[in-house]
Amino acid sequence: MVMEIYSYSFLILLLPALSFVILALAGMKMSHKTAGLIGTASLGLVTVLSYLTAFAYFGADRLADGTYATVVPYNFTWLPLGNLHFDMGILLDPISVMMLIVISTVSLMVHIYSFGYMHGEKGFQRYYAFLSLFTMSMLGLVVATNIFQMYTFWELVGVSSYLLIGFYYPLKPAIAASKKAFIVTRFADMFFLIGILLFGYYTDSFSFSFAGNVVMGEGTTPFIAGNAAKAVAAAGFILPTALVLMFIGGAGKSAMFPLHIWLPDAMEGPTPVSALIHAATMVVAGVFQIARMFPLWVEYAQPQMSIVVWVGVFTAFYAAAVACAQSDIKRVLAFSTISQIAFMMVALGVSLPGHHGVLDNHAQLGFMAGMFHLFTHAMFKACLFLGAGCIIHAVHSNEMAMMGGLRKYMPITNITFLISCFAIAGIPFFSGFSSKDEIITACFAYSPVVGWIMTGIAAMTAFYMFRLYYGIFWGTENKEAHEHHTPHEAPLTMTIPLIVLCVITMGVGIYSTIAGFAGWGGSFGQFVSAEGTNYTIHFDTQIAATSTVIAILSICLATYIYKGESQPIAERLYKMFPKLHRAAYKRFYQDEIWQYVTHRIIFRCISTPIAWFDRHVVDGTFNFMAWGANEAGESLRPWQSGDVRQYAVWFLTGTVALTLILLAI
Amino acid sequence: MVPVECYFALSALLFFIGVYGFVTRRNLIAMLISVELVLNAVDINFAAINRLLYPNGMEGMFMTLFVIGVAAAESAVAIAIIINVYRNFHSDSVDSIKNMKW
Repeated sequence: MVMEIYSYSFLILLLPALSFVILALAGMKMSHKTAGLIGTASLGLVTVLSYLTAFAYFGADRLADGTYATVVPYNFTWLPLGNLHFDMGILLDPISVMMLIVISTVSLMVHIYSFGYMHGEKGFQRYYAFLSLFTMSMLGLVVATNIFQMYTFWELVGVSSYLLIGFYYPLKPAIAASKKAFIVTRFADMFFLIGILLFGYYTDSFSFSFAGNVVMGEGTTPFIAGNAAKAVAAAGFILPTALVLMFIGGAGKSAMFPLHIWLPDAMEGPTPVSALIHAATMVVAGVFQIARMFPLWVEYAQPQMSIVVWVGVFTAFYAAAVACAQSDIKRVLAFSTISQIAFMMVALGVSLPGHHGVLDNHAQLGFMAGMFHLFTHAMFKACLFLGAGCIIHAVHSNEMAMMGGLRKYMPITNITFLISCFAIAGIPFFSGFSSKDEIITACFAYSPVVGWIMTGIAAMTAFYMFRLYYGIFWGTENKEAHEHHTPHEAPLTMTIPLIVLCVITMGVGIYSTIAGFAGWGGSFGQFVSAEGTNYTIHFDTQIAATSTVIAILSICLATYIYKGESQPIAERLYKMFPKLHRAAYKRFYQDEIWQYVTHRIIFRCISTPIAWFDRHVVDGTFNFMAWGANEAGESLRPWQSGDVRQYAVWFLTGTVALTLILLAI
Repeated sequence: MVPVECYFALSALLFFIGVYGFVTRRNLIAMLISVELVLNAVDINFAAINRLLYPNGMEGMFMTLFVIGVAAAESAVAIAIIINVYRNFHSDSVDSIKNMKW
């Protein structure tokens, strides 16, 4: 009964997959418009289905314990391996349904937006094919019924990201960036895979948790509950280790320090791709993974959660610091993405049960806040990136120096960008406020130190976002550049997605702010929370007030420094700390350090000797064997001369010799 | 009665003439004839030894007839091959078919 309403859910994965196959095989024969329409239409259907699923899921009655049932409409064995088997299927629970909404919405917006942005580009059909592939993989990742399916789709999103970053493949930086992204995330995924195998080996299952009331579809392979006792018996060491290894994989995908180096370079891809993959969906896969494994973290690996917290805190700070000094608008946004994802990580990490071992109200807050921030961030960051796309479309450059004073030319982009900036800065009545404020509240509950650090980083966020905003839309206009080519507002296909995302940001922001202060239900916590029960958000007035004041102060500071035609204070600061500015601009030399470690240490001290051994010893052995066989053949060859009389002489000699031997015996 | 050594001497003579001819001649027909000489040497041995050891038996004689029959068939096949070689290489020299080794 429950299942039948979700029987269409396989279409959510199938439609983008089909559109990918069609566009990849026949795309070259289609016109740009047809290809784009096929991709967009299939994504439109997926969006409709995702919303239907969400309505059906959250509209259903809660179970007796106040949670939503975890529903598995499809699950089948894909690869049996003795006791273990790899399953493929669809699992619907609050976070996966929430992710369906996020992914399908942002992806649809990006599909529509790309009509304008990619207009007339060579490889338009290929672009839409890859977008479909990416969307399919990302949807498959979030609805995965087990870790292995998640990993499979995890790698698929990695590949689609690689393909899309390298979309402009004739350009060298694009190729370098795509390779870098792929290798860095792949390196991290190696740990993820080890974690999965460790987990599967010791628990006899790839399930996400060892308990849970799952409603299975008819004819589906039942879950095999894992054996946690067995894993814990292995010195209580296996589960935490496996989870931390999986976290390293997640940290690679979510660009946590020090594996963040690929994300800024990934901005070489088309801007809508950055909005979809590198801001809203793929990069939060690591956060999603932690949220997915959250019951296990809480149950078995509480001490290790502090790793997640401190990696997150440091990354948030580092990325915010770097973002303050970047001049390429997409890189500012990239670092702000890293910083915001780190906020989500921290939120999940601080979501610890209290002394009684149960997730009380405070402990639940972090999980809910992290997921809420994932949702709101996806919307406003996609909006910011798409806005940046409009700007780049207008001025044909990523550099802030080429912009300035664009507010007259691009009113819609200006307003949507401003609203998104308010959202990310955490101003009340914009969506980022509710989610970020909850994160900070959760951090204060965990430890005041973390709370204050995160408040400081939130202030930095407001500052660098408004530095970016004023740098683009106010400040000094680059008259020289604008003379040949007057910037103009983007076409409707590009502005409509901006407006839609902006409306979502505003709508969610206004409702959740009012609901949070008034203590109403119906906000995000009602749908997604750590325990699955209805969680009513109450703002902590003190913290809300503090962070709002701090955000407003940072915005005022940014306004004071960057709004004017000339920027004497910025100049003076730059002159006072030239080294600091240079270091921040160079991202504190992280790329150089990686370069040094990989090239000077790993390549030279480990890879070079191994390569020598391979070339000389391993290859040498086989070359010697081949040479020996060749020489033997060459020396035996003359014996087969083709001369019959010679054969006869040998035959005769042989016979005589044989006769003599026989006689001798 | 002719002493049996004479038969053996003749047989050995024929055999080595055959072998010598087979090894030294280049002409395929001449080589075929040499092979026939070798076979005939064997035939003489068969007949002579039969007569010497088993005067009442006829197995050696029959074997001789049998070898003659086989030799005839063998000659027919060999001549057919030689004709084909000649058609293809326009030569009856054994050297012309050296490259048949591959």
